[in-house]
Amino acid sequence: MPSQILKTATRLLVGLILTFAVYLLLRGHNAPGGGFAAALIAGTGFALFAIAEGPAVVRRAIRMAPQKIAMGGLGLSIGSGLAAPLTGRPFLTGIWWIWKKGHTQELAIGTPLFFDVGVFFAVLGTILTLILALEEN
Amino acid sequence: MLSSNPIDRYSWRNRQTITLGLLSNLCLTNAASKKMVMAAENAKPSIPGRISAVIPLGLFVTLIYFLPQVTAGTVFRVQLNWIPSLGITLSLVIDGLSLLFGLIICCVGFFVTVYAADYLPESADRSRFFIYLHAFLLAMLGLVLADNLLSLFVFWELTTIISYLLIGFEYESETARRNARQALLITGAGGLALLIGFLLLGGITESYDLSRLSAQSDKIKADPLYLVVLLMVFIGSFTKSAQFPFHFWLPNAMSAPTPISAFLHSATMVKAGIYLLARLHPILGGTAAWMGTLVIAGGITALMGSVLAIKASDLKRILAFTTIMALGILTMFLGGKTTPALTAAMTFLMVHSLYKSSLFLAVGIIDHQTGTRIIDQIGGLWKPMPITALATVAAALSMAGFPLFFGFIGKEIMYKGALTEDLFPVFATTAALLANALMTAVAGLVTIKPFLGVLPETPLEPREAPVAMWLGPVFMGGLGLIFGIVPDWVGHWLIEPAVRAFHPSMEDIQLKLFYGINEPLLLSIATLSLGGTLYWKKRPLRRFIGYALTHIPIRFEQFYSNGLDGIAKIAKIQTAILQNGSLHRYLCVIIAAVVLGVGLPFLSDYTPPALMQNSDSSLTGWLVIGIITIAVIAVVMAKSRLLAICSLGVVGAGIAMLFLMYGAPDVALTQLLVETLTVIIVTLVLLRLPSLKACRPTPSPVKIWNGLLAVSIGTMVTVLILAVTRTKLDRSLTNFFEANSYIAAHGRNIVNVILVDFRSFDTLGEITVVALAGLAGYALIQRRKVD
Repeated sequence: MPSQILKTATRLLVGLILTFAVYLLLRGHNAPGGGFAAALIAGTGFALFAIAEGPAVVRRAIRMAPQKIAMGGLGLSIGSGLAAPLTGRPFLTGIWWIWKKGHTQELAIGTPLFFDVGVFFAVLGTILTLILALEEN
Repeated sequence: MLSSNPIDRYSWRNRQTITLGLLSNLCLTNAASKKMVMAAENAKPSIPGRISAVIPLGLFVTLIYFLPQVTAGTVFRVQLNWIPSLGITLSLVIDGLSLLFGLIICCVGFFVTVYAADYLPESADRSRFFIYLHAFLLAMLGLVLADNLLSLFVFWELTTIISYLLIGFEYESETARRNARQALLITGAGGLALLIGFLLLGGITESYDLSRLSAQSDKIKADPLYLVVLLMVFIGSFTKSAQFPFHFWLPNAMSAPTPISAFLHSATMVKAGIYLLARLHPILGGTAAWMGTLVIAGGITALMGSVLAIKASDLKRILAFTTIMALGILTMFLGGKTTPALTAAMTFLMVHSLYKSSLFLAVGIIDHQTGTRIIDQIGGLWKPMPITALATVAAALSMAGFPLFFGFIGKEIMYKGALTEDLFPVFATTAALLANALMTAVAGLVTIKPFLGVLPETPLEPREAPVAMWLGPVFMGGLGLIFGIVPDWVGHWLIEPAVRAFHPSMEDIQLKLFYGINEPLLLSIATLSLGGTLYWKKRPLRRFIGYALTHIPIRFEQFYSNGLDGIAKIAKIQTAILQNGSLHRYLCVIIAAVVLGVGLPFLSDYTPPALMQNSDSSLTGWLVIGIITIAVIAVVMAKSRLLAICSLGVVGAGIAMLFLMYGAPDVALTQLLVETLTVIIVTLVLLRLPSLKACRPTPSPVKIWNGLLAVSIGTMVTVLILAVTRTKLDRSLTNFFEANSYIAAHGRNIVNVILVDFRSFDTLGEITVVALAGLAGYALIQRRKVD
């Protein structure tokens, strides 16, 4: 039976960890982070959650089968690569949309971002698949 | 020589009949069973299957559109860049040769599709069947249209794989699976040989384009590797086209549904080897090695196929052996270099495709409508099935080479070609004469026996097949007659352009019904009379062949199965040694392999590194190293699993700190996270094991061995890193990424830009591996639960 302290702390921590994971994911293109690292952090968060509350609660919280999350991530990565062939460039070429604000600020959003999000879900789904199965075993 | 395993005698309606037969025993009365059999006959045809026949039909019409210009000598080329960095283009060529093959593929493909929609019962997985069928059709078209050796090879392999799926279509049958595997292994091995040949050819000429290769024919033939190239190409084409000694897979491939046998294993796929020989004729052909090998191998194959055909009693098997004979004849004539020999090959190719696919479809009808295709169990079928009988007779007369039929024209030109062969003309003529005579006898066997005489009791009451099923045999059998009456027309439009495509120095040759009294005509008359005699004496003949075969000690199929068993045995022994289920054993094998494989070659020219050449180590560095050392000692000495795991985590974290100190924050971050997660996952697993104290202590010799192994891998990695850091770093890649990462990819973090943009294809491969490994691990965990 997990301790009440762990349970309470986990409730606070999981939200923080997951937010931090998303932060790392999004900033990855310019500073240390990225899809893979973010997925490991999120995976650790869910693992903590599973240890404190049991795997069934985690399964309910994520709503989707973790294998599907992994496959969806893989699909998203492939899909982001398929945008380029539609415009006649080789598979996985980065395509960017750039908004400029003034002279100094710009926001660049490109297919590599979606690719990285795909990496995130593929790795996270895999970690969840294994951790939840091991916990339930 | 003769394959000994019984062919899968499964037929669609047989299965229904058997189940219905069982039912009828329960239903007590015979009348009830008759009714139920009738119900099975009224199975609805597959409408999507019928609609899908527009694919071959549309392609056929498209190809016909090119016919007038191709006949006039135009060659159409289309080029698409496929892998430009490797010089691989997807280039298609439409010339006489590819057009002739393309038309045959689409024509037979159309009738087979229409036929199969009625032939397959509703219980079969019909959509899978039609997907395979059309996938094969497209792959085969790609094969004959390819203008580049490598794209040709890709299509070649595709046809092999789809053929495997189709032979094994009835995957619940053990025989079908075994036959499919046999065909895959043999034609697949041939495909690998072919790839070697193509790569060597590309190495000699520095081009993979067929159109450019023929210009360098002399250079290729003078190259010392020419004979190797030739050997590899021959292995590829002989395995695909079932030439001696690789012929045995083809009769076994008859476990595929009959429409597939008609399409793949008589009219199209097995002709891929023939196509290749024709296509490469201007590049590799004309030498003594080419001619000698093809004439001898083709001649032997033709004779052997026709002898075995007489002996067989399953109608499909008979046709399979006659296909081997036809492929042998084609190979033999492609060995020649005179116009009549090559014209004979192309003419016979058409003759054979027409009569053989209609015969196969007709046999399928007999099987479907009577429930058997064993020749001794059927007879007198002309009365209930007059249209099928007519189509079969027309096809068989073409096969036997009667005057007015296309087969007669084929045979005339064949003898003309054989007599003018440069090498072994006597052998070629004798082989052709004997094979044709035996073919005439077989033609009698497949028509007279099933359709004349008395009608015996068959598993099903025979009735005429629906239109969709007899349409193909009637049309293609009829074409055999029409083409035989207007041979000059066929010669002008189809055969001459095809021959000219791979034999540019072709002299004019006219296909005629009657050339006057000459040697070919006399040989034709000799063939028909000899064939008639053989048919008349078929009983003693079959007995004699059967007797002779049991006394021939060589069985090529035996080599194949012995080889396969040998591989399985080696795999078993190797698995027992290397992967016996003990994780400890796995780790030992992996570590020892790394130490021996990397360490030993490294030791052979080893100079001890000067330690601390540029001592930049700070106090913090030494502190971290101190922590790592203490943690390592804790791992080894730990009395509980949890402590060992946590200490191992400390080691990992320490290494992450070292990464951070040397300016690799991304690597440090990932290392730290992986370490954390590893500790969690390993803990989840190990907490379920009994505590260390309860376990039997590890015996000392094992401990010493483990220690030795650990120290050796550690030493090896240390020495390796020291050596690597001493070499001068090539910064050109780093410079490129530093310069371009922000400009081209809008990112300042080079590591991430490389991962998701510059080298994202690698990352895609990696996450695929990660996801699949996760699924595999999940399956293992679930299996433990079930156990």
